[in-house]
Amino acid sequence: MGRAKLPRKSTSIDMTAMCDVAFLLLSFFILTTKFKPSEAIAVTIPKSVAAKVAPTKDIVQVIIDKDGKVFLEMDDEEVKETMANTLNTTKNLGLDVKAFKKSPFFGASFGGLKSFLALPEDQRKGNLLPGIPVKDSSNNELTEWMTLVRDAYQGKKPSLLLKGDNLAKFPAFKSVITAFKKNDFLKFQMVTNPEAVPVGTELWKKAQSGEKREE
Amino acid sequence: MAEMDTSSGGGHKKGPGVKKGKKLSTRVDLTPMVDLGFLLITFFIFTTTMSQATAMKLILPKDADKPEDQNKAKQSGVITILLGKDNNVFYYEGELDNSASNFKSSNFHDIREVLINKKNSVRDVKDFVVILKPSDECTYKNVVDILDEMTINVCTRYALVDITDIEAQLVMRSEAMATAAPAN
Repeated sequence: MGRAKLPRKSTSIDMTAMCDVAFLLLSFFILTTKFKPSEAIAVTIPKSVAAKVAPTKDIVQVIIDKDGKVFLEMDDEEVKETMANTLNTTKNLGLDVKAFKKSPFFGASFGGLKSFLALPEDQRKGNLLPGIPVKDSSNNELTEWMTLVRDAYQGKKPSLLLKGDNLAKFPAFKSVITAFKKNDFLKFQMVTNPEAVPVGTELWKKAQSGEKREE
Repeated sequence: MAEMDTSSGGGHKKGPGVKKGKKLSTRVDLTPMVDLGFLLITFFIFTTTMSQATAMKLILPKDADKPEDQNKAKQSGVITILLGKDNNVFYYEGELDNSASNFKSSNFHDIREVLINKKNSVRDVKDFVVILKPSDECTYKNVVDILDEMTINVCTRYALVDITDIEAQLVMRSEAMATAAPAN
C-alpha cells in the first residue's frame, strides 16, 4: 500500500506585503520628522527638569552665545515692521524696512544695523557678527531694543525667551536681565533641554504622589 | 504578487519546429528588500532625537528703590550660595561673619544635601530663603543648574542677587587656595 502523498508545499513566503509595510513605515517616519531649522547662531543649551514645552509662536527670543554676544530673534513680521519704522524716525538710521522685516534675528549695534541688514542672509552667522552691545552697563543697547519690542507689541504680551549657551559668562546674562527689568518684562522663560528629575528628591516625591507641578 | 502570468495563452500549440523558450520565473525574492526597509527604519528611529526644548520660568523681582520696600528675610533661615568659576560653589548660612569662618566650599553635587539639611533645620519653611549670588566668572549653565536645584528641592523662595565685593574676593581667594592646595 502506498502512503497518501502529502502535497509538497513551498517554504518560500511571499515577501511583497512585508516589503510594502516596511517602506510604508519608512516613508511615514521620514515625512513626519520635523527637521530642526539650521540655526545661524550655534548655542548649546543647558539641561533642566522643567517640563513645559517652550513656545514657538509669537516669540521674542534673546540669545546669548558662548562668547557672551547677544542677539535678538523675533518672528512677528508686523511687529518688526513697526520697530523698523520707529527706529527710522527716532534714530534716523535709514533702515531698509523690508530687509528688517525679513531678518529672523538682529545682532548688531544700532549704528551697524544698516550694514548688518545689507549682508546676504547666508552670511549672517553668529560667530561673524558683533552682537547687540550689552557689556557696557551705561550703554546697554538691549534695553532700547526691549523698549522697542514692548512699544511695538502695544500691550500684548509676547513670550519672552532666553536662550543661553552653557559657556556664556554670567555678566552677559546679568545685562540681559537688567534690560528686561528696566522695561518691566519681569517674566521670562529660559530655553533648556529636558532632563529627568533625580530620584529621591522632593520634586521626585511630589511627582510620584501625582501632585501637579506649578509652572 | 510579484509574479506575472507567463504561461502561454490557452495552451496554444506551437508548430513542431518551434523551440519552446525556457520559462523564467519573474518572481523576485523580496527578503533583502524587506531587510533594507527595516534597517532604514531602525536607523531613522535611533538617529532621531525626540527631544523638544523645554522652558524654565523665571520671575524677576521689581527693583525696589527704597530700602523699606525690600523683602526682609530672617537671618536664621537664609542660606547664600555663591557661584565661582570652574563649577565651584560656595555657601554660607545666615550672615557672613567678619572672619568668614562660616564660608564653606561645595560643589554642584553636594549642594543639594546642604540645601535639604538647611531646609529641614529651619523651623518654619516660610522663613527658608535661598540667595543666589553668581560671580562674574561663573557660566550661564551654572546659573541654570542652581535655579534648577531650587525646583528640584522645592525651594519656593529664592532670589538672584548681585555679588558684593567682599564676597567676590572671598570666592577668588578660596579658588586660588583650592588650586594651590594639590601642589603642596
